[in-house]
Amino acid sequence: MSILRWHPLGQIWNEFDRAHSEMTRFLEYVDTRGPVAPYGEPVAYPPLNVWDDNDNIYLEAELPGITLENLEITITDGNRMTLNGQRKPAEVANTTWHRQERSFGSFSRTLTLPVLVDSDRVEAHFELGDLRVTLPKSPKAKPRRIEVKQNRSGKQNQKKGKNHENGDQ
Amino acid sequence: MKTETSELKNPVKEVRTETGKADPTRGVVFEPRVDIAEVEDNMLLYVDLPGVKSDDVDVRFENHELQIRGKVTPAATKPHFLLNEYGVGDYYRAFSVTDDIDAEKIRADLNDGVLTVHLPKAEALKQRRITVNA
Repeated sequence: MSILRWHPLGQIWNEFDRAHSEMTRFLEYVDTRGPVAPYGEPVAYPPLNVWDDNDNIYLEAELPGITLENLEITITDGNRMTLNGQRKPAEVANTTWHRQERSFGSFSRTLTLPVLVDSDRVEAHFELGDLRVTLPKSPKAKPRRIEVKQNRSGKQNQKKGKNHENGDQ
Repeated sequence: MKTETSELKNPVKEVRTETGKADPTRGVVFEPRVDIAEVEDNMLLYVDLPGVKSDDVDVRFENHELQIRGKVTPAATKPHFLLNEYGVGDYYRAFSVTDDIDAEKIRADLNDGVLTVHLPKAEALKQRRITVNA
């Protein structure tokens, strides 16, 4: 039989130690989270890259492990795009997981586009876990050059006084 | 803490080194997310490699080290992003593999942007079902 020296702080130190190693483990976990790291805070899923030119808005997302039938894109009100989907985990019986960094489940993300798009002409391609969507800007939303006409009638000015009358009519 | 005990038996461990990433011509390299599963006589490594074609994925086993590399060439011109939430570039990650794995039988396949590496356990380690005679 051995005698253990009782230490009033023993219990607390053990707790500290445990909390510390938990924290270290957590930080290591965060550190391995790949592509998110250099882009700061994790964002809503899926992360998106969006850019535009005069004619289209382009959207890309990385959706590895998702099949086409589990992905849905909808456009509402001409400028709200919703991405719905589900990533199903591989269902294997008697699996022991040693590491799980990939996430699974349903997701939904809605984006309000800066301009109206022509929802009938939206094109989406999904290949190798990469989604690419081209959203043509509505003709109403495209930049349009306005012809400036010279105001020769002077109508608006007539009431202001006789000095402004052009007598052109 | 069930995972910690199983971790001890895990024959596939991550190797963290900068050497595999060194290729100044290829720009930023990303660490793909990985799941490691043990199913009966196999270890399975699931690696998310979105955008990588099967010709551009390189799985190499050398000196007990399994190296996974995926090449993705980012667009030549950087557009003016309205939203820029992820980066595009090569992937790299390496794992050390013990003799508990039969290295000769390692194989890999790529589907929908996910690489699955099958690492069968060595013959000696395989579970055997013992028949109990009545």
